[in-house]
Amino acid sequence: MHSSPSDLVYRLTSGAVIGFIVLPLLVIVWVSFFSNKILSFPPEGYTLDWYVRAFTRDEFREGLLLSLQTALFASAGSLVLGVPASYALARGRFVGRDILTNILLAPMVVPGIVGGAAMYIFYIDVELLSEVQVAGTLPGLFAAHLLVALPWTVRLTTAALIGLDRSISEAAASLGASQVTIFFRIVLPILKPALIASALFAFVASFIDLEKSLFLVGPGRTTLQIAIVSYLEWNLDSTIAAVATVQIALIAALLLITNRYAQLNRAF
Amino acid sequence: MSEIVLSDVSKSYGDIVAVESTSLRIGQGELVTFLGPSGCGKTTTLRMIGGFVDVTAGRILVGGRDVTRLPPSKRNMGFVFQSYALFPHMTIAENVAFGLEMRKIAREDITRRVGEALRRVRLQHLADRLPKQLSGGQQQRVALARALVIEPTVLLLDEPLSNLDAKLRHEMKTEIRQLQKSLDLTTIFVTHDQDEALSVSDRLVVMSAGRVEQIGTPRAIFERPASEFVADFMGFANLVPVTLGAGGRGALASGAPVRIEAEGARAGAALLALRAEHLMLLRGAAAEGLNAVSGTVETFTYRGSFIDYPVRLDDGTRLLVRGDSLNPFNPGERDGGLGAGRRGAGAAA
Repeated sequence: MHSSPSDLVYRLTSGAVIGFIVLPLLVIVWVSFFSNKILSFPPEGYTLDWYVRAFTRDEFREGLLLSLQTALFASAGSLVLGVPASYALARGRFVGRDILTNILLAPMVVPGIVGGAAMYIFYIDVELLSEVQVAGTLPGLFAAHLLVALPWTVRLTTAALIGLDRSISEAAASLGASQVTIFFRIVLPILKPALIASALFAFVASFIDLEKSLFLVGPGRTTLQIAIVSYLEWNLDSTIAAVATVQIALIAALLLITNRYAQLNRAF
Repeated sequence: MSEIVLSDVSKSYGDIVAVESTSLRIGQGELVTFLGPSGCGKTTTLRMIGGFVDVTAGRILVGGRDVTRLPPSKRNMGFVFQSYALFPHMTIAENVAFGLEMRKIAREDITRRVGEALRRVRLQHLADRLPKQLSGGQQQRVALARALVIEPTVLLLDEPLSNLDAKLRHEMKTEIRQLQKSLDLTTIFVTHDQDEALSVSDRLVVMSAGRVEQIGTPRAIFERPASEFVADFMGFANLVPVTLGAGGRGALASGAPVRIEAEGARAGAALLALRAEHLMLLRGAAAEGLNAVSGTVETFTYRGSFIDYPVRLDDGTRLLVRGDSLNPFNPGERDGGLGAGRRGAGAAA
């Protein structure tokens, strides 16, 4: 009774957009339970076999483990490097500040495959000069993922710092607090929600990265995303859907947990 | 003793001079207001005293001690910010306790002093709330308690009332003045609001474009502006060119004689500052000896309890005259006299 034609159009459009986002995810989860031998419609029956198969295959187990390790490192590392950097970018006045900001955000803009190739070539050059192996090593992979994660931390933390009233720090100073005390007792606690959001986005950005890892994992090692792509090259069954479902569940759980400690919707 | 002395203090950002060389002495227990429009340098001067802005040249002394190069944390000054600047993640009690913790004071003393400080601003019942759960006026009182609990040598207030509504502003103004007097605390109050400045201060420092225009008591500033800027800023509606002679005699541009009470005014060309409410419209010829000129009422603006009349004098000068709404004049009406009483103040041109 109350809905005008424009209201109806609005509802339909919103519904369509949400459907477009959510339906593929639902389909993947649904397909992961099909008993069909190859990916196809309609389902012939339902089974949990694909999950068992995914977990019994070494490349998925090991890939998940390496991806989790890498993402944890990237997330932690991007906080250690990114928070002080953001502090300097948001509060400092120095020559080259804008250039530095752009450099720190650049990995977000450069296509992953280009960045991956560039890092690979760079690693080889370093190896030729120093005779220390870099490409194909874990530190090499971790460093590349730090690069994937860092722009997220810098972006989110800098935004939060810019929104932080400077006079709050000044008030602390006038009450006798040193710069170090102000950082740990005033700035960090206020930034907590933004830091949790940064850590999460950094983790996810690293976890879902395929392109950089493709160039940089060593022989005999694989990340989850690489394992998925290689598997798809030779097989077309619901194992992939099962792996994807596990991954969706993992990231959804992370988002939910994070949202309890920090209102993510307020980080943007 | 904690008088504040500014000795040739100035601030420049590159080629831009924010505050020109300024010298000032603020006595123990005095409340001095820096008054002026935005960008006049009043906040920059206050922030230099607080230590948040580096001094380009000159010295700042508090109680005889040179604090010019000390960081804010070593100055022991109470600073209250326009935005209150409460720590959002700490309770009211924790906010007030922060400065005492920084001074390594014993736990039980902190609890006692925080309690006293909150009682002083009547907020002891909100000690465990977070700042965002308090109203603007309450937040400002917390900021005041937090600044005072450290027993600062001086209190610096940066537009502390500008985020409050009119009624709260009046209450807070009274409260700040009472606290300041009872603690005998040397205080600087920054505002752009002349009413606020007049009613709260012992002395005013009127600033414009980085320069001190006039220093004086509220009465002196309000009644005897020393410059065209101060006269205009303090609400003198009429600034009329006048030639001053000896013994309080002067002449308007038309040659009409006027008597002026202005101590120390030098003979020569000057501006006569006249408040609209100190001028009077009279019908017919004015009494001899009174400051009176004739003119024509051009139009009027009804303002409720009074009426504003733009009046054109015979020599073309326009004046704004405030009249009684019970006894209205009509546009076009020619008036024999325009009495100026004896309150017109000469302003040096």
